[in-house]
Amino acid sequence: MDPNRLRSTTRRWFLKDCSVGLGALALGQLLARDGLGQGTSAQTARLPHFTPKAKRVIYLHMAGSPSQLDLFDYKPKLEELDGQPIPASFIENERFAFIKGTPTVLPSPYGFARHGESGAELSELLPHTAGIADKLTIVRSMHTDQFNHAPAQIFLNTGSPMIGRPSFGSWLSYGLGSDNENLPSFVVMISGSYLPSGGSSCWGSGFLPTIHQGVQFRSKGDPVLFLSNPEGMDRASRRRSLDTLSELNRKRLEESGDDEVATRIAQYELSYKMQTSVPELSDLSTESQATLDLYGVTPGQASYASNALMARRLVERGVRFVQLYHWGWDSHGTNPGDDIITSLPQRCQETDRATAALITDLEQRGLLEDTIVVWGGEFGRTPMNEKRNGSKFFGRDHHPHAFTMWMAGGGFQPGLTHGATDELGYFITEDPVSVHDLHATLLNQLGFDHERLTYPHQGRDFRLTDVEGNVLHDLLT
Amino acid sequence: MMLQPFRPSLISIAAVLWPALVLGSSDADSVDFSRDIEPLLEDNCIQCHRERKHKAGLRLDSKSAAMAGSYFGTEPVILPGDASNSVLFQRIASNDEDERMPPRGAPLEASEIELIRRWIDEGAEWPDEEVETDFELHWAYESLQPTELPQPRNSEWARNEIDIFVLDRLQREGLEPSPEADRSTLLRRLSLDLTGLPPTPDELEAFLGNDSDTAYEEQVDRLFASPHYGERQARGWLDLARYADTNGYEKDSIRTMWRYRDWVIRAFNSDMSFDRFTIEQLAGDLLPEPTLEQRIATGFHRNTMINAEGGVDPEEYRVAAVVDRVNTTAMVWLGTTLACAQCHTHKYDPFSQREYFRLFAYFNSSADIGPSDEPKIDAPTPEEALEEERAVAELAILDERLSTWTPALAGELALFEEEQAQAGKSWSTLRPKTFSGDEGTTLAMLEDGSLLAVGKELARDTYDLLFDLPEVEVQRLRVDVLTHEALPNGGPGRADHNNFVLSEIEVIATERSSGEEHTIRPAGASADFFQEGSPTWPAESSIDGDPSTGWAIAGGTDHPHQLVLDLAEPLDGKRHSHLRLRLAQHYGSMHVIGRLRISFSQEAGSGATLVRPDIEELLTEAGDRTPEDQARLEAWFLSAAPSLAEARERKRALGDRHRPPTSLVMQELETPRTTHVLERGSFLAPGEEVTPGVPAVLTPLHEGARTDRLGLARWLVSPENPLTARVTVNRFWQQVFGRGLVPTPEDFGSQGQAPTHPELLDWLALELQRDGWSIKSTLKRFVLSSTYRQESTASPELRQRDPQNILLARGARYRVEAEMVRDIALVASGLLSETIGGPSVFPPQPPGIWNSTYSADRWNTAGGPDRFRRGLYTFWRRTAPYPTFMAFDATSRELACARRPGSNTPLQALALLNDPAFIELAIGLAGRLLREGGDQDRARVELGFELCTGRLPDAREVAMLLELLASERDHYLNSIDSARTLVSSEVDLGTNELDPIELAAWTVLANVLLNLDETITRG
Repeated sequence: MDPNRLRSTTRRWFLKDCSVGLGALALGQLLARDGLGQGTSAQTARLPHFTPKAKRVIYLHMAGSPSQLDLFDYKPKLEELDGQPIPASFIENERFAFIKGTPTVLPSPYGFARHGESGAELSELLPHTAGIADKLTIVRSMHTDQFNHAPAQIFLNTGSPMIGRPSFGSWLSYGLGSDNENLPSFVVMISGSYLPSGGSSCWGSGFLPTIHQGVQFRSKGDPVLFLSNPEGMDRASRRRSLDTLSELNRKRLEESGDDEVATRIAQYELSYKMQTSVPELSDLSTESQATLDLYGVTPGQASYASNALMARRLVERGVRFVQLYHWGWDSHGTNPGDDIITSLPQRCQETDRATAALITDLEQRGLLEDTIVVWGGEFGRTPMNEKRNGSKFFGRDHHPHAFTMWMAGGGFQPGLTHGATDELGYFITEDPVSVHDLHATLLNQLGFDHERLTYPHQGRDFRLTDVEGNVLHDLLT
Repeated sequence: MMLQPFRPSLISIAAVLWPALVLGSSDADSVDFSRDIEPLLEDNCIQCHRERKHKAGLRLDSKSAAMAGSYFGTEPVILPGDASNSVLFQRIASNDEDERMPPRGAPLEASEIELIRRWIDEGAEWPDEEVETDFELHWAYESLQPTELPQPRNSEWARNEIDIFVLDRLQREGLEPSPEADRSTLLRRLSLDLTGLPPTPDELEAFLGNDSDTAYEEQVDRLFASPHYGERQARGWLDLARYADTNGYEKDSIRTMWRYRDWVIRAFNSDMSFDRFTIEQLAGDLLPEPTLEQRIATGFHRNTMINAEGGVDPEEYRVAAVVDRVNTTAMVWLGTTLACAQCHTHKYDPFSQREYFRLFAYFNSSADIGPSDEPKIDAPTPEEALEEERAVAELAILDERLSTWTPALAGELALFEEEQAQAGKSWSTLRPKTFSGDEGTTLAMLEDGSLLAVGKELARDTYDLLFDLPEVEVQRLRVDVLTHEALPNGGPGRADHNNFVLSEIEVIATERSSGEEHTIRPAGASADFFQEGSPTWPAESSIDGDPSTGWAIAGGTDHPHQLVLDLAEPLDGKRHSHLRLRLAQHYGSMHVIGRLRISFSQEAGSGATLVRPDIEELLTEAGDRTPEDQARLEAWFLSAAPSLAEARERKRALGDRHRPPTSLVMQELETPRTTHVLERGSFLAPGEEVTPGVPAVLTPLHEGARTDRLGLARWLVSPENPLTARVTVNRFWQQVFGRGLVPTPEDFGSQGQAPTHPELLDWLALELQRDGWSIKSTLKRFVLSSTYRQESTASPELRQRDPQNILLARGARYRVEAEMVRDIALVASGLLSETIGGPSVFPPQPPGIWNSTYSADRWNTAGGPDRFRRGLYTFWRRTAPYPTFMAFDATSRELACARRPGSNTPLQALALLNDPAFIELAIGLAGRLLREGGDQDRARVELGFELCTGRLPDAREVAMLLELLASERDHYLNSIDSARTLVSSEVDLGTNELDPIELAAWTVLANVLLNLDETITRG
């Protein structure tokens, strides 16, 4: 079927049936492209392949990769071997980002305990997460094949370490469209000092039409770029000038008969609506003090906590995919700013309360049932002390062979700990879960057969899971 | 003349792809499996009916399996010649939703079902798949054959052959061309298509006032001659070349590459033939005695990304760059998507994985391998080369002068010695009573009273020295920093680099009477030497109270140095018992002094030049000097003689001169790499060895062709190769007509779309070759045609019949590309800087876009004319491209791109309405209207409208705008502060003299004008 033809049909439908306003029309449709683009309104024609368990995703990406050995995967054996060289068999043919020579074993300085009815074993660094342990599906057997941040993040987001494939959120936007005509279907928010290493490729739309790319809501200034009128122009002036613009454009529409003009008129109206819907969305002062306290949010202060609360507000308003990045988990131990003694507890403190609050809050509002929350970094960290250039601070290098992620809500089995690693936490011993498996399973919960959610590009049908991936029914209710 | 049909089956392919156009047309050509049926099966059926999946035991991905039927070949579903009894047809045509295939989603279109019916009824021809080399050649690989022109009726409409082909097709579709667009529309269209800039009111007036038959062509020629023509054409090529100003990947460091960008602009301006354009970019370095420009041209394939991240295997990313070169070359010249053949033999097009790596072999021997950006060359512009030559010549003269001992210098030295003999003798060494580092540095006193840092090596420390004061007046204190063989690299600093930073010196005196200590502020500090650069580290910084500044000596760490403190009030040995000196060295990374000596003088400064302590010693020592000492002294004096100060300063200035830019280039290794097929595309899995070569399905190489990039480039543009000419002419067609004759310019293979006007495409391709590959001739042929000149408005019937304007029954109409959105506003505001070429520029962008993890690079917004350069010159950072361009579908330039989408989003509205970079231009436009538009509001509105849209507004439009103007005037009259805020600007927009209320009201109006659909649409 020629997508261009479909597009024009949709456009006509839009003009005919939507004259009263934007109504229930998905943003994706509004953003339909003109002649040069591939047809894109196809996404609104696509329904999920089967009845979904979940309708939306909040993905909490801990950029830099937290240490699973200090948070989720307790290894008493490391204490026994403290300071001894790691057995050679582990590191034969290994390539590290920074470790040189034969590194020595580094036990976790933190205490672990079992929590909840499920008895999930968590470190003392995550007291709030411990409080919701029974809601989580903890996977200790994640693995990846990338050991540098940018490619690993891009792999985790797009299913390929090379730039150019659509990210998970883009696929979902393409597959489902949006539930809110005033907001994008895929929103990204950043806290911590920096963007994730993979940059905007982490939420790029690759070869999917760019309307499906993640829209980065900024934590300072306008959440959407150029949302505010120029200083010195008030909303009444803007309304009057938009009225004139619209009148002139309508005249042009009559004369040219070009549907593109009609779309443009609608887009200017939508932009005007976003000028109020987006600030309303980001105005946390309407939240109760109890909620603010639950997350630990100080209104007006950019933080992971306020982004977490924003995430709930976004999914409440029908946004499909909300992704939070929190930077600073790259605990190499070259100085106190990136070690596991000072820095790692700080990261935990910045995120633990709000993460747990998000789960609690979603559940209280009945949203957890059909919202999947995903938590994790892009790879794991080594059981060995990195000791770069003889550093005296304790830290761990990048480790692709085993790491921990957790999921909650959206039909994932609560209170489950899945998979296991060897006594050093180096290799997986039970139930390995690949990035493709994770993607396939998430798509499954969202109503998609990962082998059938495809897009034709460069001569073949591409999919998120490339040619791999299995739905892991063990993780699901 | 007989109309010779040209592959008539293609017409029916077009019919399949755009059924809306031909429903009801009675094209009775037979159905062709590979073109008509296979795509339908692939799109709708084989997801479930294929190898490994075969729902209901049915496979439709192989002839034998499909013909055998379902349940693993037991129940036929296709009965050749009998569609109505064929299960395949019954199931897709069924009205019963439970029966109908495919089971989910929309049923097949009626026209598609009809095709299946006809195909089965006509015998279900399904070519054998086994005979791969013998398959029907895909149209794009067939050689170019001269086509006889069709003979449409009423051909007086036609101005050239393009029109003959277009008219013929229109008549066969029962359509007529549209009338010619009005002249102002035509001029704007031409100006935007050829130069990317809208016409000025003067140009418009001149054209409208010229009734001659040649008026239009004169405009065409004028625009072709404009230097902005090359900028316009370069814009599209730079997307193909994935040109950017940074390396990409995580670090995304800045690279200097703009000389390549300027090469492209110049190549288009001089109408370099496309074959030469190709050869120089792919293999300019391999031409005999390549010129600088030819080497710069090879930057085309150095625009690949470079990964400089820690721990990566350079080979992995070298291979990634070569892969990108293969894929880009295939896309740009062959219109072929080869990417899939990297990992496995192409599923749809006739390219094997082995053939992929034979192409790979052509690019596999280039010298570049990350993480550095070598090889790169100095790439001065002709003016810079001349300047550089002069500078080098002058430097040679200066060097000569600064190293030649002359009698005049000997005389000067004698005088200098006299002066120093006086000055140097006044110093007496002070031996400290106690001495230590606050942080723990151990200081050891040597025989001469100097202190040597030993023991614990610390990043920073403060040396605390206490002296008994002799009962004299101390006017000056002196700190000598000295060398010593015990220091790691000989000193004066303690670290290997021998530098230090003396952050602060505190002078503390103890009252004899009370024992109280109080700090004395020195009046001045001077030294014989200090570290230059940015920032500088002069002696004065050691007494400025700012711990972040200090005295340092990089550039002079081979020698001892002295720093002298002039005390404002002398220390009085009678009044003061002790002197305490605290030498703080806060810089870190062991920038601490390794050996030092303190002395004092009872004489106030004489103004004599301070001299390095080791030279001072030579000057003040009594007796005859050894010849070595004399030579040392003379050598030093050459670097210090006051008479040579000017020459030294000039040399320093020349040393700091503007350096010519560099440019990344392709360069072959002396020993070529052997190339292997990489299994599954992985650089870790080399397989069979292969030699350079081209895919078998394409034109063979000439016998004895070179096996390097030059051989490949020459093959690409050889007249026998049909693809390069087809692909090239199609891309330029797309640029001018908004859509290619092949709508997928990146893919002429079986997964791309078939040409809408195949005969025209081939005719144009042949003309391109006959014209000696002149792009200007090709574009001129386009824009002179009647097809081009049609108006772009259309009746609802025509729009419904052909929404995509595939048949060309009207002119093209589309939103202009990102850079042009900016350029149009720049021209309208009158602020455009027309400078062509040069380093990339930094127009205003929101703060925070350039936050990246590893880079200290900053976006320093231009304040001068570079703020208002064409979009083409905006700095292109791959991980953080200019946000407003991205909103308008620009790409990150990580990979080659043959067509940008043309999205229409609310984010574009927000950018154009509110981006301060556009607001600034609205203020500029408003100011221009007030200055140049006469006294009447109406005339000003008309001028503004014309500047933005290239036509005068009608009465209704003027009325709407005047109404807005009146309301905004009212509004700002009552809020003058808002008016001032709105029109304030960081830079001079030429509006300072204007009344802020008027300017604000007109700014709102200008903002509307710049946002008009018509302003950003090429119609």
